[in-house]
Amino acid sequence: MKPHIATIQGFLDFLFKEYPFLNESEINLVYEGEITHQITKAFTQITEAKLGSLEEAASVQRKVFHVMVECLQNIDKHGDKIEKDDKLPARGLFIVSKCENSYCVITRNIIDNKKVPGLKETLEIINNTDKDTLKKMYKEQIKNGSLSDKGGAGLGFIDIARKTEEKYNFHFIDIDKNVSFFIIKTTILRK
Amino acid sequence: MNAIRLIGTDDTPGVVLDKEAGKFELSGRSMPEDVVAFFQPILDWIEDYKDSPNSKTVFDFKLTYFNTASSKLLMDILMMLEEMHEDGHEVLAKWHYPSDDEDMEEAGQEYAEIVEIPFEHIAY
Repeated sequence: MKPHIATIQGFLDFLFKEYPFLNESEINLVYEGEITHQITKAFTQITEAKLGSLEEAASVQRKVFHVMVECLQNIDKHGDKIEKDDKLPARGLFIVSKCENSYCVITRNIIDNKKVPGLKETLEIINNTDKDTLKKMYKEQIKNGSLSDKGGAGLGFIDIARKTEEKYNFHFIDIDKNVSFFIIKTTILRK
Repeated sequence: MNAIRLIGTDDTPGVVLDKEAGKFELSGRSMPEDVVAFFQPILDWIEDYKDSPNSKTVFDFKLTYFNTASSKLLMDILMMLEEMHEDGHEVLAKWHYPSDDEDMEEAGQEYAEIVEIPFEHIAY
């Protein structure tokens, strides 16, 4: 276990070291706890209202909202736990920050080590794929893919990459032999 | 056929499926907690309707937001409309989008590229 990352302060220290630009940014929202559908709804609506009050461009507001919905639903549906108890909701941490030219949504959740290589490969492929090919991947998946038993369409990360046109920044940090922290940063340009 | 009429909430879309009134519509926001549980009755209804549809079916999509799980279910609905079209029934999908929402406009264009049915794109 790496306790320094498990605490909010430790995690923020990690982020400020990893992403120095955060020192110049405004942290709009930090949440650590259970990630459920109700939490997802509440915080996406708070963010929507906040961006509306800041008179941010409508397209930017919609993108930040969408990224938050998809990232939080990913944790709600796929997040793992240190204790193997399916009845407990997944926990996670997310941060919304505002910089001069962009918004960042950073999430951290626990992932089963068995899923790490597959997820890592998926994200690396998406990061190295151009816009037109991402469009083809999306169309192929929406037409021929099927919903998982958890209601995932396998489209979230492809769709976010298409709508933001920015690369993901992500880390896997092992906690023990079974689970790791999965940290992912999504950038939404303010244009 | 019994009509389905659901009022939209902050995470589920408004739904009208009314054969007698000739009205078929999804509107508002779609990010249900359980996307399959929400959409299954809708898919089942259209599956039944497909066997003896009206002479013309105009389906209005007036969504302001949908998550990716919902986008897959929208695809399933459109594919059923495509089957009706292939069976010789007249079908029209009307895709309404806010005039400043490029992503929603593009989503309509992509659906239109995937399914072979007449599509109308309407900015509002």
